[in-house]
Amino acid sequence: MVKLLINGEERQLDAAPDTPLLWAIRDELGMTGTKFGCGMALCGACTVHVDGIPTRSCVTAVEDVEGSAVTTIEAVSGKAAEAVQTAWEKLDVVQCGYCQSGQVMSAVALLSENSKPTDEDIDAAMSGNVCRCATYVRIRAAIHEAAKMMET
Amino acid sequence: MLAGLKDKTMVAAESPAETPRTNRRQFLKASAAVGAGLVIGVVLPQAGSKIAKAAAPTGAAAPVNPNAFVRIAPDNSVTVLIKHIEFGQGTYTGLSTLVAEELDADWSQMRAEHAPADATLYNNLHWGPVQGTGGSSSIANAYTQMRQAGAGARALLVMAAADLWGVPAGEITVSKGIVSHAGSNRSAPFGELAERAAQMEAPAEVALKDPADFTLIGKDVPRLDSRAKTRGEAIYTIDKTLPGMLTAVMARPPVFGATLTSFDDTAARAVPGVTDVVAVPQGVAVLAEGYWAAKNGRDALEIVWDETTGETRGSAEIMAEYKALADQPGDTARNDGAVEEALASADKVLEADYEFPFLAHAPMEPLDCVVQLGPDSCDVWTGSQIQTVDHGAATAISGLKPEQVRVHTLLAGGSFGRRATPNADMVSEAVSVAKAIDGRAPVKVIWTREDDIQGGKYRPMYFQRLRAGLDAEGNLVAWHHRIVGQSIVRNTPFAGGLIQNGIDKTSVEGADNLPYAIPNMAVDLHTTDVNVPVLWWRAVGSTHTAYSTEAFIDELAEAAGRDPVEFRMAMLKDHPRHAAVLKLATEKAGWGGPLPEGRSRGVAVHESFNSYVAQVAEISITDSGEIKVEKVVCAVDCGLAVNPDVVKAQMEGGIGYGLGAILHDAITLDGGRVEQSNFHDYVPLRINEMPEVEVHIVPSAEAPTGVGEPGTPPVGPAVANAVYAATGRRIRQLPMALHDLTGA
Repeated sequence: MVKLLINGEERQLDAAPDTPLLWAIRDELGMTGTKFGCGMALCGACTVHVDGIPTRSCVTAVEDVEGSAVTTIEAVSGKAAEAVQTAWEKLDVVQCGYCQSGQVMSAVALLSENSKPTDEDIDAAMSGNVCRCATYVRIRAAIHEAAKMMET
Repeated sequence: MLAGLKDKTMVAAESPAETPRTNRRQFLKASAAVGAGLVIGVVLPQAGSKIAKAAAPTGAAAPVNPNAFVRIAPDNSVTVLIKHIEFGQGTYTGLSTLVAEELDADWSQMRAEHAPADATLYNNLHWGPVQGTGGSSSIANAYTQMRQAGAGARALLVMAAADLWGVPAGEITVSKGIVSHAGSNRSAPFGELAERAAQMEAPAEVALKDPADFTLIGKDVPRLDSRAKTRGEAIYTIDKTLPGMLTAVMARPPVFGATLTSFDDTAARAVPGVTDVVAVPQGVAVLAEGYWAAKNGRDALEIVWDETTGETRGSAEIMAEYKALADQPGDTARNDGAVEEALASADKVLEADYEFPFLAHAPMEPLDCVVQLGPDSCDVWTGSQIQTVDHGAATAISGLKPEQVRVHTLLAGGSFGRRATPNADMVSEAVSVAKAIDGRAPVKVIWTREDDIQGGKYRPMYFQRLRAGLDAEGNLVAWHHRIVGQSIVRNTPFAGGLIQNGIDKTSVEGADNLPYAIPNMAVDLHTTDVNVPVLWWRAVGSTHTAYSTEAFIDELAEAAGRDPVEFRMAMLKDHPRHAAVLKLATEKAGWGGPLPEGRSRGVAVHESFNSYVAQVAEISITDSGEIKVEKVVCAVDCGLAVNPDVVKAQMEGGIGYGLGAILHDAITLDGGRVEQSNFHDYVPLRINEMPEVEVHIVPSAEAPTGVGEPGTPPVGPAVANAVYAATGRRIRQLPMALHDLTGA
């Protein structure tokens, strides 16, 4: 039995302690916005926030986040999240969309820490998130756009 | 994706009339109403389909098939049933735009969902009686069809309003989703008229708009799927759940062609959550309550494989065999003039060999499929790219009747060709697994990333040898192109349409239709036997032929002492669309003008799937010898651009996808075993490597052509030519990461 604080709710999980957080979220809790891409923290599709820090849930054991606050794409909120998702839609960033939950979570974490990221900051924060559709031009533009929105 | 379908022959089927004349359109009301709303059907005279002909008595009129594409609900939403899979290329948005334009709908009321699999109603008009997506054909084949669907729905709504209000239909106007009669000052949204419209007798003819009157086509309407995909709400196959569903992860042979001898599942069954271990024709499946247990169970299997029938060669051995074959003449794909004589008398002869590796598609969503099998039903949910093939496989394996099998297409997290499998591999596995447990529970098969990278269906390896001759004035007078590699379509249902005179069109496309005016030109092909499954990969043959031809042209231009753009232009007089994109891209890139310190340019132009793309790549070489692609200026002619912003997105994405492959990627074999396994050694392009991309669209009133694939081929040779400009090195073996450019 593992206790998780996820999206503001406390949930009891009947899962082995070493179960990856990703599969607890998807298969135990039935929230499918967080995606499986590689299982080795190489692609970022599974990115969630653990106490606000972008974290690859596919290699994070559920026992390691007991006592921490986990946030997924389903519940990410606040000024940065609103700006990022609005900018993403405004610029039509998505193509297949499968990686975009993870992209959004990484971008929100970046803007929460750094409200005026440079291109180098974006490269550093976002290069762990793979997009096989290569929507990177728009991801970069949308992060700058979101930063602008957050100024107002 | 599917290649070579430009000739519109496939699966031994004749091609239907793809753009029948508007005045021959007949429209009918819905065959089926959904809820309280309306499904408006369009009857198309479907001439040419063999299935249809077989069903019609001799001498009878061409049979008609009702096609239901539009659903109007009481809440005024208009849902377009999309016959093609949406996997990023924007088909939800594009096909809905065509309907909305002729329907005079407001964009905000438009919705899209996948149509059910039905080859009679939803076939690809370029493919005969087959429903499927590929060859960048969605907009191209459905352009008129979807506009007619919208116009037919509009006509019924107008008739309903005329009937309700007692006014002449000719006085009624429709704009932004509102039907109005100015004379009586009446108006109604679509939802209020939908039920009455369903009772109307459809008009025999309906006119389509003059393109000058378009308000949505040609405009940047926002994507219909942006919001859901930005908020984690979009449902892909991996997200599909059913009560009592089990997840399966499979063990497949470690080398291609090996077979199962025996397995010990003791340890697998000991994993908590594992419910079943079953052998199926594709391998051994471990089923569990959830992925993690299934995967751990799979990893705990002890399996003995019989590898005697498996592939044992490594990539180096295969390439050496290909190279030896290249010394011998192959099957002729093109032969103009007298190439050998022209080479013998040429002033200068150049020769270059090119080597291309296997490539995996590696879509972000691993391959997956959900199946619910009952005694008299089989439901399949998957990112189906060729629904008709997937339906056929599910029918054959389940042993049910075709009408008992339903394929539900879901959004796919990318494909790049991988989901268009002639043997329906994901579906075949999942139905086999469901059958092995007697349909006791719904089953979701998920491939791990390692399963995906090592699972085959690669872009084939190729060896190519090019020889060309210049005369004393520096004119290209002879060209010989030899290609050695596997056939993608041999031994598939597509062979009949795509292999002609022993030539698989997908092996030589981009080479046998080289646009340059060269008086003596020959292309030949050796089709090889390798026990590695291969498949179409974004832009198919053009992924290698564009590279070899456009890189070699650059060498020839230099040998002729001519500018690479001028050299090409002089040979493109009969190909104005190639010439126009080349001119546009080079003008916008400032070709010949000054460059920032340390930067170099290269150019390439290539047509694929009837779309023309030229790209200028601007690169630098880092101190550690790495290629940094700084900027790509792209010009595209895809006929009328239905949604320019989606066209730009596809060029951006196509460039990034192609760039990742030519810079980093190769699937290599050692003793028949794939050496790569995940994104650490099959390296995807990341944001820090993505160049700035500038896309320019050639204004055009020509029929629209596809954009999903054509952005990919030119980037490789454009970068290669820029690398030469920077370093003096010609890269003829991919990926580029194999080459040490330090100090170059």
